[in-house]
Amino acid sequence: MSENTATAEDPVTGEEITLPADLEVGEILDSPVSGAELEVVSTEPVTLEEAPELEEDWGE
Amino acid sequence: MNVGVLYSRIRRDEKLLLAELRDRGHGVTKLDVRDQQFGLTDPPAGLGDVDVLLDRCLATSRSVHATQFAEAYGVPVVNSAATATRCANKARTSLALAAAGVPTPTTQVAFTRETALETVESLGYPCVLKPIVGSWGRLVAKLESRTAAEAVLEHKETLGHYEHKIFYLQEFLDKAGRDIRVLAVDGDPVAAMTRRSDHWLTNAARGAETARLTVDDEMRALVARASEAVGGGLLGVDLMETDDGYTVHEVNHTVEFKTLDDTVAVDVPGRVVDWLERRHGPQGVSA
Repeated sequence: MSENTATAEDPVTGEEITLPADLEVGEILDSPVSGAELEVVSTEPVTLEEAPELEEDWGE
Repeated sequence: MNVGVLYSRIRRDEKLLLAELRDRGHGVTKLDVRDQQFGLTDPPAGLGDVDVLLDRCLATSRSVHATQFAEAYGVPVVNSAATATRCANKARTSLALAAAGVPTPTTQVAFTRETALETVESLGYPCVLKPIVGSWGRLVAKLESRTAAEAVLEHKETLGHYEHKIFYLQEFLDKAGRDIRVLAVDGDPVAAMTRRSDHWLTNAARGAETARLTVDDEMRALVARASEAVGGGLLGVDLMETDDGYTVHEVNHTVEFKTLDDTVAVDVPGRVVDWLERRHGPQGVSA
């Protein structure tokens, strides 16, 4: 793992995935292995959960 | 300056703002709206200590309510509850624009399928049916025939949430395949882009091609008036070009700007934070 990357477990597949290091809690990522939308719920250590489903009033 | 950022998802837009604020040495208090409990008098932990709360809620319903609570606690909010309330609902936006004399597409609201169909017939085909609350072009329908209108109205009335029984109908304007997004702070344009698509919907969220655009005097004046009409703040004003000039069809109050930032030479998050500093920093009006 370089200084610019972090690793975490994909909650869908259980595989370890590599992510950018500058993660923010609340950030949404596409898993490179499962394709699932994942939410960063902590950064130390990096913990991921499946992101909430899109809701009708989301947007700008 | 201690800036509260109320969020439920950190999009690239929020990451750009967070980076800009931190780079300038501002304090940042991230508040996940899903974790908050809003009482009638006392703010949730952390909220009462911020100099300004930046509402970046992804859910419009949360945005409208959370901004009202923040203002009740005396916390300055960007955007204000009044702005959020007007922009969150397309009928309220249209009423505000019309009251201010801002050109906006002909719009009618009806509450039953039958009166909605009469409205469609009076507007003519094609016309546009939009949800009263919604964004990214979702659930927006171009009605090109009576049979299509009957089907869509029946589906909305039968399957929809009660808000889908408020039928918001607009004339269809031939926008030559593009519309315009102007990001503005209290009516002052920061940057603008065109959004072009082969599809009749030209939302960036739907993959429209974007290009930088120079804000002309007419556009500048109209954006200022549209901003004032809805209560000002950090806004995305959407315009279409018609034979008679520009018309404003939407004003967005939790505006996304990552695509604009990628498209234009302007440092968009930098300009937004400049404005926050002027408005809410030590020398700002709310300090």
